[in-house]
Amino acid sequence: MRPIIKAEGLAKQYRVGTSEPSYRTLRDAIAGAAVAPFKLLSRSRRSSRGETVWALDGVSFDAQPGEVIGIIGRNGAGKSTLLKVLSRITEPTRGRADLYGRVSSLLEVGTGFHPELTGRENVYLNGAILGMARTEIKRKFDEIVAFSGIEKFIDTPVKWYSSGMYLRLAFSVAAHLEPEILIVDEVLAVGDASFQRKCLNKMQSVSEQGRTVLFVSHDMTAVTRLCPRAILLDHGKVLSDGPAHDVVSAYLTSGVGTTAARVWDDPASAPGNDITRLRAVRVRTEDGRVTDAVDIRRSIGIEIEFEVLQSGHRLTPNFHVFNEKGVNVFITKDLDREWQDRPRPTGVYTSTAWIPGNFLAEGTLLVGAAVSTLDPVTIHFFERDAVAFHVVDSLDGDSARGEYAGRYPGVIRPALKWTTDFKSAANGTEASR
Amino acid sequence: MSETIISHAPSVKTRPLPEHPLVTIEPGRGFGGAWLREVWAYRELLVFLAWRDVKVRYKQTALGVLWVVMQPLLMTLIFSVFLGKLARVPSDGLPYPVMVFAGLLPWTFFSNAVTQSVTSIVGNANLITKVYFPRLIIPAAAVVARLFDFAVALIILFGLMAFYGVSPTWNMAMVPVLALLAAILALGCGTFAAALNVRYRDIGVVLPVMIQLWMFASPILYPARLVRDAWPRAYRLYELNPIVGIVDGFRSALFGRAFDWSALGKTTLIAMLILTASAYFFRRVERGFADVI
Repeated sequence: MRPIIKAEGLAKQYRVGTSEPSYRTLRDAIAGAAVAPFKLLSRSRRSSRGETVWALDGVSFDAQPGEVIGIIGRNGAGKSTLLKVLSRITEPTRGRADLYGRVSSLLEVGTGFHPELTGRENVYLNGAILGMARTEIKRKFDEIVAFSGIEKFIDTPVKWYSSGMYLRLAFSVAAHLEPEILIVDEVLAVGDASFQRKCLNKMQSVSEQGRTVLFVSHDMTAVTRLCPRAILLDHGKVLSDGPAHDVVSAYLTSGVGTTAARVWDDPASAPGNDITRLRAVRVRTEDGRVTDAVDIRRSIGIEIEFEVLQSGHRLTPNFHVFNEKGVNVFITKDLDREWQDRPRPTGVYTSTAWIPGNFLAEGTLLVGAAVSTLDPVTIHFFERDAVAFHVVDSLDGDSARGEYAGRYPGVIRPALKWTTDFKSAANGTEASR
Repeated sequence: MSETIISHAPSVKTRPLPEHPLVTIEPGRGFGGAWLREVWAYRELLVFLAWRDVKVRYKQTALGVLWVVMQPLLMTLIFSVFLGKLARVPSDGLPYPVMVFAGLLPWTFFSNAVTQSVTSIVGNANLITKVYFPRLIIPAAAVVARLFDFAVALIILFGLMAFYGVSPTWNMAMVPVLALLAAILALGCGTFAAALNVRYRDIGVVLPVMIQLWMFASPILYPARLVRDAWPRAYRLYELNPIVGIVDGFRSALFGRAFDWSALGKTTLIAMLILTASAYFFRRVERGFADVI
């Protein structure tokens, strides 16, 4: 079959650095123009001032009609730039893409909404901005309003809307777009759970209608659930492209994502300062094995190894645990009086925090590791996403799930103790267990 | 829970793909027919953006429509007292207030349209960084929105004319044509300055001064004939200012005088040249808007 999107060697260069602001004053330009005429108009590849970075560096892929492709990668891997190039918001520096269908991009919901205008007026405006014809909006208007569920307030200026109402209306306009190619960026990150589910369902139905969807997300669960195929970007290049399950697990386990153990061999490049320096972070099971997959019922040890180079400082190691949606699940710090109340002598320390079993929910957890001094507050280093691990439920029936195997939301999943009081309706006698 | 379970086999209702790509993305897409067709395809968005502009402005300001009318009216009052009465500036056989108001009307439209289209690009940064459409739509919408103000002010002018006993003629049919000409000129100047303003934010500071100077170099507070009679040779140079042709034509249309067709022809040519050059320049820099805004 012929592809509906054919991208070949897309590349995008940005200028970075503090030496050149993105916009200048005319005076600077006039002064500069005397030195380098027409430098303004010629898009010079290399600038004498400021460095350049390739946000995209030769991205090629084909997408077939009806495919739903997740685009994943770390922050700064080029995901958003790729979407912006494909939705024509910005031009590539090199390369080419042919699109054999109408494109709608949804980089945010409610683009162009104006607080002073009513819901009705904003539906028309937003529809036009997203590329719908006026007749098309008119035809779908009732459907859009019904989908949003805010019929009563449709003639109220949106500045009086709650943020939830605002989002629902904005999303329902977007949901009624009928492009052949839909480009979606992280819009699912906003809104409450039921709203997110609505978005996911809508995306599913879009793909069932034979439309092609490109979906950028940090939510690995959503990517694997929604997208049969995923493309992993790293430093502007396609690192892997294939079935979403494989690509996501490759991402999570490879060095591109994070690993269960990270060791900094070279003290010069290790995070830290003159006082203390990070040496390693590891995830261990109860029996001391380093692993990236832990049983939901067992406790997990997160270990930090750091060297104290200068004696006389009170130091507190701490961990910041995030789930795959970027929610900060918890922060934990060493409370051990023995080491908290006294300045540490130089040497190598290894501290482990134990997360109890039956506490975290299934999924991928990312751990940031830091060593701080609490009074006055000083962060000696903080290594984001230092390690990652997966909490796995093998569905044996004795986890917090019990016998239930369906979708089970929640940031944590404690197995709590329940008690039951019972009053029998039959004879009115009280029985308690 | 079933609603969240996604079938991983895409059920493709195969629609035949077009032979040629609808969109080709590559660096440096040019200035030409394809681009103009695309701008045309987005005309509805232009109308919506202009409509939003008008609607929001009239909702936000308590005085609403009144304000659009007050600006030229108050200026007319001031100029009539100081220039008309005290300095006795000639008014070409018309009541001075009528002459000034008739000049201020196209001028106010032009200067507001230019000023607004300059700030429009930066003001709509949220659109530019999130959605694609030909960027020319934004300054164009700002110009169209000001046409609405112009129409409202025109009604006041008719009232003023009736008050001073100036009777309308068939020449008035030219008013829409002249308004269009002023709009073309405003779009030309506006897009050029708007494109510059994205890169050089001090255009916003320079512009009001330029506009003010331009006003005094145009026959707004005095009739064009004053210049022609005093400096017949310099008038040729003076005429290169396209506002001269527009304002003079506007007065001819309102007060039933003979049109200076050759002057109008020259003005049209100049306005079109400015618009073409500006659109070309705008097209060259618009690809970078989302990156620098």
